[in-house]
Amino acid sequence: MSTPQQTPAPPARNGQGGPPTVRLTGVGKRYGAVIALHDINLEVSAGEVTCVLGDNGAGKSTLIKIIAGLHQPSSGTYEVDGTPVTFDSPREALERGIATVYQDLAVVPLMPVWRNFFLGSEVRKGPRLDIAAMKKMCKDEMLAMGIDLRDVDQPIGTLSGGERQCVAISRAVHFGAKVLILDEPTAALGVKQSGVVLKYIIQARERGLAVIFITHNPHHAYPVGDRFLLLNRGKSIGYYEKSQVTRDELTGLMAGGAELEQLSHELESAGGAAAEAAHELEADVTELGISAEPGGDTGTASATTTQEGSSRP
Amino acid sequence: MAQTTEAPVAPPPRADERVGQKSALARLFARPEAGAVAGAIVIYLFFFIIAPPFRNASSFSTTLYVTSTYGLMATPVALLMIGGEFDLSAGVAVTSSALCASLFSYEFTTNAWVGVLVALALSLAIGFINGWVVVKTGIPSFLVTLGMFFMLQGLNLALTQTITNQVASPDISTLQGFGSAQKVFASSFTVGGVNVKITVIYWIAWVIIATWILLRSRIGNWIFAVGGSAPSARAVGVPVARVKIGLFMAVGFMAWFTGMHTLFQFNTIQSGQGIGNEFVYIIAAVVGGCLLTGGYGSAVGAAIGALIFGMVNQGIVYAGWNPYWFTFFVGALLLGAILLNTYIRRRAEAAV
Repeated sequence: MSTPQQTPAPPARNGQGGPPTVRLTGVGKRYGAVIALHDINLEVSAGEVTCVLGDNGAGKSTLIKIIAGLHQPSSGTYEVDGTPVTFDSPREALERGIATVYQDLAVVPLMPVWRNFFLGSEVRKGPRLDIAAMKKMCKDEMLAMGIDLRDVDQPIGTLSGGERQCVAISRAVHFGAKVLILDEPTAALGVKQSGVVLKYIIQARERGLAVIFITHNPHHAYPVGDRFLLLNRGKSIGYYEKSQVTRDELTGLMAGGAELEQLSHELESAGGAAAEAAHELEADVTELGISAEPGGDTGTASATTTQEGSSRP
Repeated sequence: MAQTTEAPVAPPPRADERVGQKSALARLFARPEAGAVAGAIVIYLFFFIIAPPFRNASSFSTTLYVTSTYGLMATPVALLMIGGEFDLSAGVAVTSSALCASLFSYEFTTNAWVGVLVALALSLAIGFINGWVVVKTGIPSFLVTLGMFFMLQGLNLALTQTITNQVASPDISTLQGFGSAQKVFASSFTVGGVNVKITVIYWIAWVIIATWILLRSRIGNWIFAVGGSAPSARAVGVPVARVKIGLFMAVGFMAWFTGMHTLFQFNTIQSGQGIGNEFVYIIAAVVGGCLLTGGYGSAVGAAIGALIFGMVNQGIVYAGWNPYWFTFFVGALLLGAILLNTYIRRRAEAAV
């Protein structure tokens, strides 16, 4: 099932020589007495995808916020291209080429696609918006991603979830992001739409971007990822190169690992209906592990057909 | 990837086509001002038929004048509403500004223009405070400006009483600079035998400027964004706080402008006037298609909303009806507009 030969085409890996584009070393974050993150290491280079996996409350969003410049780490170092940085705002991170595509904060639903695309970085002729140029660029960028929008003037809220994600991703790419942080881009999507988004993650990687892909779905992470950081309760429970781990192991770590044991333990200790739920949960996860497999494969297939087209087992 | 450009091949493009049809239909109805235009035509024809005096060019000019005094304020109020905020103090702020100009120049016997400039500073400051408190505290602008509304209302009455021992400001028509200020703010001219107030020109000019700003400038893009989704706007680097404070200050600026017109039109200001007008401005904006929740609307729509207000206001008089019917009509219009807007928004926001 696992396809270890599927490592990305070497030419795209142009960040091999120097320091990684983004490197976190021993990063921690406290909110008062709450330890949200503890001793996290992460790195990503150009032409690579680093996946951050974890369940709700694992500290994924705190990690994103630190990388995106919304928060500063309480401990540890954050380096960009080998030099330590402290970002006071997302704007500063953006200026260093670190762009974040948030799960639901990406767009203004009532605004047309093209206005969303250029929001905050509008193209102007003197004081005037260069509307024709922006519409064309937006349409072309979306076409380059394989989305043929009839009308870039339609409110972005009328697009499907996957398409909206793609607008946000292509927007970041268009504006010269070097590092793309994707916050659960596939969380709200069906299998097919997820496949579409995964395809763009691969495309972004092929274009030489460093991608940090946050997800709770190992089936989405494995086909596109080069490195995997597993988080649980603010701590790293594993940091692997792709060659060190198979998808099944990853799935096991995510779903069948300590997290689930702890959860079913808690439910069982509550007794009664909760204990039943614990057993059901366990069964569900096992079942999910099997039934989600085709979903993962679809992702792999649509992702890989663009570059290799022959990795389906 | 190239094959997706050829539309009618696979199922996904077919879905696209459906979207296309929907948006073509929606485009016809979903223009913010579409409902207001239809309403304005109906109301114009209605009064044209039942109220003969309404047909005169001169009474239409009067209608336009009434419209412009509300429309001037409805314009920035609409922008503010598109930016996701309210200003309930807008009505009394007009009076505050006029009182300030009048009392300052009268009490210190300065040139009328000095009072005008002091009032401008005051109005911008009121707008800034409204905006700053809303942005810094996150308290809904409804509450912040409600507080400002009562404070200004009290100040208007109390300070006027304290300074002049009257309920109105003194007549300032003898002051130096009054004539030139009156020319700027409250003159009129004749077109084809019909007397036209200069506020009509200002109003139309501001609507054009506001429309240009909204649709053709970066600030306009930001106004829609901060009203549509402030967190999204912030995430892509839009200076949300500055845009919102700026919008409140735009309302302040126009409150000053409208206040100056009132002052130089009537030479004196009643300290209790202006109360209730904030609702007229908001109604004009909403009838014109602005969503109460922000992110959607147009300056032209607000202008047409003000025109509807002005036509009903004057039409009832020309028709010889009991003017008490006026508020009933305005309420009904508002309700109808909100129902229409809600319907439009659902269509526009519904994911496919």
